[in-house]
Parts: sequence; C-alpha cells; structure tokens
Amino acid sequence: MLIIPCPHCGPRPELEFRYGGQAHIARPVDPSPLSDEEWASFLYSRDNERGIHAERWRHIHGCARFFNVVRDTTTDQILASYKTGEFRPEAV
Amino acid sequence: MPDSLAPNLSVAAVNEPFRTRSGGRIDRAKPLSFSFDGQTYSGVAGDTLASALLAHGVHLMGRSFKYHRPRGVMTAGSDEPNALVTVSRDAGRTAPNLRATQVELYEGLSAISQNRFPSLQFDVGGINDHFAALLPAGFYYKTFMWPRSFWDRVYEPVIRASAGLGKVPTAPDPDRYLQRNAHCEVLVIGAGPAGLTAALAAAESGLRVILCDEQSELGGSLLADTTSMIAGKPARVWLTETLAELATFSNVTLLPRTTGFGYYPHNHVGLVERVTDHLASPDSAQPRERMWQVRAKEVVLATGAFERPLTFPENDRPGIMLADAATTFVNRYGVKPGKRAVIAAANDSGYRAALALAEAGVEIAMIADLRRNPSGSGYDAARRAGLSIETGKTIAGTSGKMRVDGASIASVGEDGKVWNTQDIGCDLLLMAGGWTPTLHLYSQSLSKLKWDDAIQAYVPGAVAASQALRAAGAASGAYGLDAALSTGFKAGAEAAVAAGGDGVTTRVFVTISAEADASTFLGAMPHNRDANRVRAFVDFQNDSTAKDLKLAVREGFRSVEHAKRYTTTGMATDQGKTSNMPMLGVMAQAQGKTIPEIGFTTFRPPFTPTTFGNFAGAARGDLFDPIRRTAIHHWAEGQGAVFEDVGQWKRARYFPRQGEDMHAAVARECKAVRSALGIFDASTLGKIEVVGPDAAEFMNRMYINPWTKLGVGRCRYGVMLREDGFVYDDGVVGRIAEDRFHVTTTTGGAASVLNMMEDYLQTEWPGLNVWLTSATEQWAVIALQGPKAREVLAPFVEGIDLSPAAFPHMAIAEGRICGVKTRLFRVSFTGELGFEINVPPSAARRVWEALYAEGRKHSITPYGTETMHVLRAEKGFIIVGQETDGTATPDDVGLTWAIGKAKKDFVGKRSLARPGMTDPKRKQLVGLLSVDNRTVLEEGAQIVADPKQPKPMTVLGHVTSSYMSAALGHPIALALVEAGRSRMGETLQVLVPGKGSVAVKLVSPVFYDAEGASLDAV
Ligand SMILES: [Zn+2]
Repeated sequence: MLIIPCPHCGPRPELEFRYGGQAHIARPVDPSPLSDEEWASFLYSRDNERGIHAERWRHIHGCARFFNVVRDTTTDQILASYKTGEFRPEAV
Repeated sequence: MPDSLAPNLSVAAVNEPFRTRSGGRIDRAKPLSFSFDGQTYSGVAGDTLASALLAHGVHLMGRSFKYHRPRGVMTAGSDEPNALVTVSRDAGRTAPNLRATQVELYEGLSAISQNRFPSLQFDVGGINDHFAALLPAGFYYKTFMWPRSFWDRVYEPVIRASAGLGKVPTAPDPDRYLQRNAHCEVLVIGAGPAGLTAALAAAESGLRVILCDEQSELGGSLLADTTSMIAGKPARVWLTETLAELATFSNVTLLPRTTGFGYYPHNHVGLVERVTDHLASPDSAQPRERMWQVRAKEVVLATGAFERPLTFPENDRPGIMLADAATTFVNRYGVKPGKRAVIAAANDSGYRAALALAEAGVEIAMIADLRRNPSGSGYDAARRAGLSIETGKTIAGTSGKMRVDGASIASVGEDGKVWNTQDIGCDLLLMAGGWTPTLHLYSQSLSKLKWDDAIQAYVPGAVAASQALRAAGAASGAYGLDAALSTGFKAGAEAAVAAGGDGVTTRVFVTISAEADASTFLGAMPHNRDANRVRAFVDFQNDSTAKDLKLAVREGFRSVEHAKRYTTTGMATDQGKTSNMPMLGVMAQAQGKTIPEIGFTTFRPPFTPTTFGNFAGAARGDLFDPIRRTAIHHWAEGQGAVFEDVGQWKRARYFPRQGEDMHAAVARECKAVRSALGIFDASTLGKIEVVGPDAAEFMNRMYINPWTKLGVGRCRYGVMLREDGFVYDDGVVGRIAEDRFHVTTTTGGAASVLNMMEDYLQTEWPGLNVWLTSATEQWAVIALQGPKAREVLAPFVEGIDLSPAAFPHMAIAEGRICGVKTRLFRVSFTGELGFEINVPPSAARRVWEALYAEGRKHSITPYGTETMHVLRAEKGFIIVGQETDGTATPDDVGLTWAIGKAKKDFVGKRSLARPGMTDPKRKQLVGLLSVDNRTVLEEGAQIVADPKQPKPMTVLGHVTSSYMSAALGHPIALALVEAGRSRMGETLQVLVPGKGSVAVKLVSPVFYDAEGASLDAV
C-alpha cells in the first residue's frame, strides 16, 4: 500500500484515495470543432508509462480533493505531488 | 554410544526409540499424545510434528505431487518441500498443506498425510512413478491438447483428481482472524543472531522496534547451536540473556510465530502471527491468526540462509535430508534422524552435522565430500574425531523404497569422470550443498539482487527507490556466527540512525564458533549411469528433475522464467526455497553458461502459504461488506418483506401474503397501485445537493438537459452521459431555488455520479462557483403512488397547496408533514398520480406509519422493487444498467427528447456526433409482445430473424426487461433491437436455449396509458 502525499492533508495511506487516471489531459474548452480523430484521442489515448508518470488521485476519504502525483511506475516512488491546476514540477 | 539405562529415564525416551536421553529445547517431562494417519504416537513439549515422528523413526510423511513417490522430511523449517500434512481439529478447523517441520505439537493433535490413496505406505498413484518416462517436462501442455471438447469434461477433472495437495475443508472456518496496523521505526524480520543484535542496537536508540520470527521461539540458528560461545557464555545462555534484555525495553515488541509474508511498496510489510495454532485448547477469546500491517521507517532483514540440497540420482528417498536439518533435529529436538548416516558434503555444514550426530550416538558410515581438498573447522574437528572422510566423491544413486537403505558412492575426477562405485548401507543420507541467502522479502521489495561469485549466491543489491531496508547476517551473504552478530548490530544501528534515532552504542561480540564456509556445488552431480534413466530431483514438491530441465533447454526454453513455467520448477507451495538455486545450476550447466548469465526468477508474496483467513480478517459473513438499511427497513421486515441486495442496500423486493409466491404478490401489488394506492420506500435513491450562483450552468454542462429555464418549484428528468456519449445515470432533479438543485441519482450510481461531478468541477471548471453535497442519507423517501395518493397525503401536509393546479405533475415544494420539514415531489415512476415525500430519516418511520394508517381506508398496499420494475416497464421507463449497458446512447433508449438542443456543450455531446453513434442500424429500445400472448421471455435472451439459420447466427438484439403485466393481462418485455424503431410491427424470434424460440412482435415500449391520463386521475 502506497503512502500518498496529499498536497492539502499530507502523507496518508493509499486506502484513503481513489485513482484518477493520467494527469494533465485537459478537456477541450470547445469540443465541437475537433475532428473525430482528435476527439477520440482525447477520449481514449493514454500513456502507459513504464517509469515516470503524472497521474491524478482523489483524496476521497479525506479532503475529497483531486490532485496530481508524479510516480515512478516501476518502483512506486512518488517524486512529486501538487494541486490541481498547478504545473508539473520541472525537476520531475 | 549406545543408550545406557539411566535411573531417571523418562517415559518418552522408552516409547520413542530415536529420542536422545538429554539435551535440546524440549521438555521430556511433558509427554504429549498425537495421531498421524490415524495411528497414535507420543511426543514431548517443544516438538514439531516432524521431530515427534522422527523420534519414532517415521520419515515417510508424504507422497510427491506428480509421481507419488514416497517422501520424507527434508528440512527442519519453512523450506520443507516434502512433509506436507493436513492438521484438523474439526471439519471447519482443517488446514491443508502445512509443513510438518513448522507444526508445533500439542496434546491431541491430529494430522494426516496428503496426495495418497488409500494410504501412505500403499498409494495407487504410485503407479505414475513407473510411467515416469511418459510424464516428461511439459507433459500436460503436450498431451491434453486435443480434442478441444475433452478440455473441461475429461482432461481437467482427471488432472485435478490425480494431482493436487491437501483437500479444502468441508465446513466454514469458525475461528476469528484479526488484522491490525502497526507503525515502528525499525522492523527486524528474523530473530537469529543477526536479528537479535539488530533489535538490540535499534532498541537502545529508544525508537519503536518490532522483532518477529516465524518460529515458536526467537533465536534462529542459536536454538540448535550447542557448541558456540558468545561473550564467554554458551550460545544458549547468551540467547536467554539477550531475550531478557530485549524484554526490558518498553519500545520493543517481540513477535514469535510471526512470519513476514509480504513486502509491499513504501515499507509496508505484512506479518502473520499464528496466535493459537500451537495450543491444545485455544482460548475462544483469542483470534487464530493476527495480521500485522506494519509501516516501518526502516526494515532489517535478518532472514538467514537456506541450505542447498545436492542434485544426485534418487536424492528424494525418505531418510535423505539436509545436513543442517539433521543438526537441528539432534541439537534442538533431541531426535536422532537415523542410526547410520552417510553425509554428502560440499560444505562444512556436513561435517558439523556428522559431529552432532556422532555425539548423539548415530553411526557415521562415511562423509563423502565432493571437494578434493576440503577445509574448515568442521572438517578439522571431524578428522580429529576420527570420522570416516572420503574426498572427491559423488553420489551416483541411492537405494531403498519407503526409506533410503544405501548410497552408491563413486570417485569423481577433476574432469568429471566417475568410477569405482561403492554401495554403502545407511538409513540416513545428508546433503550439505552450501547456502542460499533468504532474500524473498528483499526481492519482493523490488530491490535488486546481485551475484556474488565468491560465495556463489545472490546477495542484496541496490535498494528499491521507494523502500528503506537492509539485510544482515547470512541473508546478506555474511555467513558465520561472528558475522551475523556484528552485521546485525551494525544494521540495527544504521537503521535506527536512518529512522531518526541517535545515541546508538557499539558493541563487540566475541565468539568461539565454527568458521564460516561458503563452499557449494550447483548443478547436477556427476555420475556414471545412463542419464536418460536416472532422476535427480531439483524441485521435490513439484517433482521436476535435472533431466526435465535439460529437456526444456533442448526444446529451446532458454529463459529461466520460461523453463520454470514449462517444468513447474519452483512453482510449488514452497516457492522454490530449496529448488531455485539448484535449478539455476542445472540450467547453467546445460547451456554452458554461468549462473548470472542465466538470470533468476522473481519472488512473489507470500513467503510461505498464508491462510485466506489472514487476508479476510473480519471481512466475512455480515461484515464482508457494509449493509445499508433504510429507516423503513424494520417496518418492512415486520410486514414479511423479502429483501434483495442493491449495491450495499437492502431493499424490500415484495411483500408476500400468506401462501403467495413472488408472482402472486407482485400482481396484487401492481393492481393496488393502479387501482387505489401503493406505498414504496425509495430512500436508497442517491441525492446530491448542487448549490451556488453557477449551479444551473454546472447542471447544463453535466446533464444532457437544459436547466436554465427550469422554474423554481419545478422538476425535470435528467440524463447524464459519460464523456464517451453513453448513458451513465438518470434521475429526477428539482429546482429548490435559483441557486439550488435537488438532484437524484440511481441507487447504485450515487457515489460515482458525485465523484464524476466533483472531477469536472474541481479539475475542468474550477471557476464555477458551485458546491456539491451528498444528501442521500439526509433524506428518506416515501413514494405514495396511485389514484388515492393526494387524498391520503393531504391531511398531513402543511404549507403546500396540493391542488392539481397549484402542485402539478413534476412540481416540488418545501413544507411540513406530520410536523417535520419535507421536500415534497410530485413525480411518478409508475404512471399513476404520485408523490415522493422526502423527510429526515429520523422522522421517516413515523410519517410512513401515519400515511399507512390513513391509507388503510383505501387498502393502501406496500410494494417492493419488483412491482416498481413492472410498473415502470409498463410505461416504458428505462432503468440505467438494465436497458443500458454502458454502450447505449440517449437516442438508443429513446431519450433524444431530453437533450437541450440549444446547448453548445455538455459532457458527452461531442461523442454523440461521432459516426458510429448516429448509425441508423444501432440497437434501439422497443417493446416486445409474445405472439402466443403468454410466454414471459427470458431477460438477456438473444433476438434473431430466423432461428434456423446456421451458426454463428446474426443476432439483432436482446431482451432487457421482461415481466407479466397484471394491468394488461399478458407478458410485456423491453428489448434493444437493431434499427428497432423502423421495425415496429415486425415479428422476430427470441431464442430459448434448448427449446427453440418464441415469436415476438415489435411494438412501442410504452404499453400502458400512453397518453398519460392516469397522472392526473382524481
Ligand atoms: Zn487531502
């Protein structure tokens, strides 16, 4: 079980969280002009990183907020955690 | 050294011919009685099942997995591959596949052997052994392939019946299993010399320390060490003093009988403590096992090393065991494992065993050392003791059936040439093949292992990034007592400092003990027999041999991970503890490579087999999943309701009266609602309060419907899609105020809908000023449905004008009922005049009973979910998850009317424009009527045009809902059918497996009161 650092609450056990998929995939402000291919890519294309991966978690049994985590999927090392809307730290 | 009759000779010694007269950590004054395969034996306190059987000269404890070969105990610990037994207190307290070497003896213990029929001595399956040539590596893969129709009906039952280990218990386990969380700065796993000093060092820092060990006593190798001196004292005395010292620390938790079974991310380690398994009469207040979920800042693995068997022909007969196991049986359990021993040695451990056995009076026929020039303190002592030592010797084979009775010892040249075979009689043959550091947990932590050529073993490499651990003692490749004590203390001190402690002292442990020896031999031992006819076992539990591995290499399995699976080597319940390194040795030999070039396999949890009870803990029976009950639940129970599970909720399904089955009850309930009045508990509906200046805009974006113009006091049926355009949830939404919506969701969708709303609000539209609050448990919901609903409700309501003009269909108002606040909805999921009365759950039962009492004038009838389903189906209302399956668009289920056409965007809108979503051949919601007017269709049944067409048939759709309609007097069904709306009036066929098909006519999905006249019935 991971220890996940919630940027609002601090480090908490994984049980308190729900996974939220890949981070930094913004919904287009106006989806209507997108081609079918572009829209399908937004809907379905996700990275499957073996290594450093930016992902969303929700502290559903805590502050209930979504936030972002940078995790190494091979070691489960968590390299960064930051609030929704913030940029991914450059170092990771 | 024959036993002489001593005056204080105990009863146990008389009955147990192989028990020594003194010594060991057993209590000869406490005899115990136990049974094995129905025969009664004696043992003493401190015995394991294995040591007690050996005290009677019983080695045969099991039959092997594949060939059913007779097998004896090979080890003295958790690495045991052969002696697997079932220990049973009663039908529910039956544990199969336990290692006899780890089963502590108690008075009355009852154990049976496994994988034999009818008995261990005579096993019908033993015939497999004679057909071994027909059971090569990959036998199952090669043999049970054709014909396909035999897979599940012939091959699988036969394979399952003939293979297999113990049998599962026949009754539920009545014992309790507990789980607890624990936090510590330093967790030490393994309480041998390295673990003890590690714990001492960490304890002195004042930090929280947990020290656990899988054995009944802490001490590890010291428990069987009768010769070493530590700090001027016998090892046994030092152990007692050290445990006493550790016990003085309030910051130290000592856990015997506790196995570290799994190492998970972020230093999360699973321990299982066996609390009562060793007791004759367990205290029922105690759990049987306790799982410790430990989160440790630092972990020290002091897990020791396992001795390696040697791979020589017929190395699997009962009476053939590891050298160190023999030492343990003699020194710790006071048991001689035989009368006359041959020792096959590639490591000094063989000599130490020979000395211990000789001391106990076992005749040492020969120490046959594979090495030409052995050295070591054990070797020197054995020479001094005048034991028979031969060097440059290999074992070319063994004899004996139920017990080894001889070994063929041959000379081996430096070129590997073998000659001069000599048969020596023996009833005990020991294998000293060197050592393998126990790094299962280290590897599970995802830390790297690296090959150490000097000791021919994998040792700890780089620590995984998210973990904090170190190994000490033999586990780290530092063999010998000296190294164990010093590396243990150092590791404990370093761990304490890394965990934030300070003030750690240094200690020096002066020892007099056997020299460390890392000599080993890996690979098949040379012999001069026909290589195709002999079997040298590598994996004793799964019966894989050097020959199998060589065959796998010849067939092209070069990767150790592939060869392992093909031959099943290392895949038995022992996780390859004794077989992993020998397998790598044989594969390296066969490929002419070095072991590090071969690679190694991954260790996975659990370290030893772990009970389901340990993992389940309290989560079984009623506690398996939370049960949610509504405020009306007990009233419904009192009325004899039959309940069904809907998610975690218990919902009343129907209310049978005397003699009624479900169909009769549902027909009566349906009629009551349509003709007079029904009352229904809708409390489980999900409720979300959407509040804020931007609430309407948020609703516009989340739902397909338009919300801006919905007036305060009005309701609308809302439909929510996922971004991919498929229907996700639905429910009635009421506008309480300009900035406040009362949203209802499906019972099962409440949590996920709120999660999805939060996701969009927090991450896509953080600028919207909206608050979302779950209100599911803040409102109980009583549905009153039927022509008499208003008449019965009215007397109780204050502050709301219920007249049809003031409070029309799809209205909502706040007021009071029976003196408590209510949100009153005028809605109908039945097609009848209906109200949904939201009240605080604390008042719900009172309001319900008041309405029920008043309703008795009109034969008010409580109804359940089954009737609710029939009534809504008669009206063609969908149920999300029944008419939809995650691939239905709003148009598919006839909800295009609900879409706010003027809205530029909403979740899922763009997807609805994708080509596949507008295909006119998509499946569409239709009604079905059985042409015979009486067959109730099977939900889920497939719909075709021609049931006689060749298979695979072209399937046009499937039945989604099907009921007998009491109101209409015939069955009705809803279905999704390809281009269904253009097929109205067509006849299709619904397949009935095994019975042909039923003709159905496609009709509108609205069967009852299409014009909605009943909604306003007065
Ligand atoms: Zn939080």
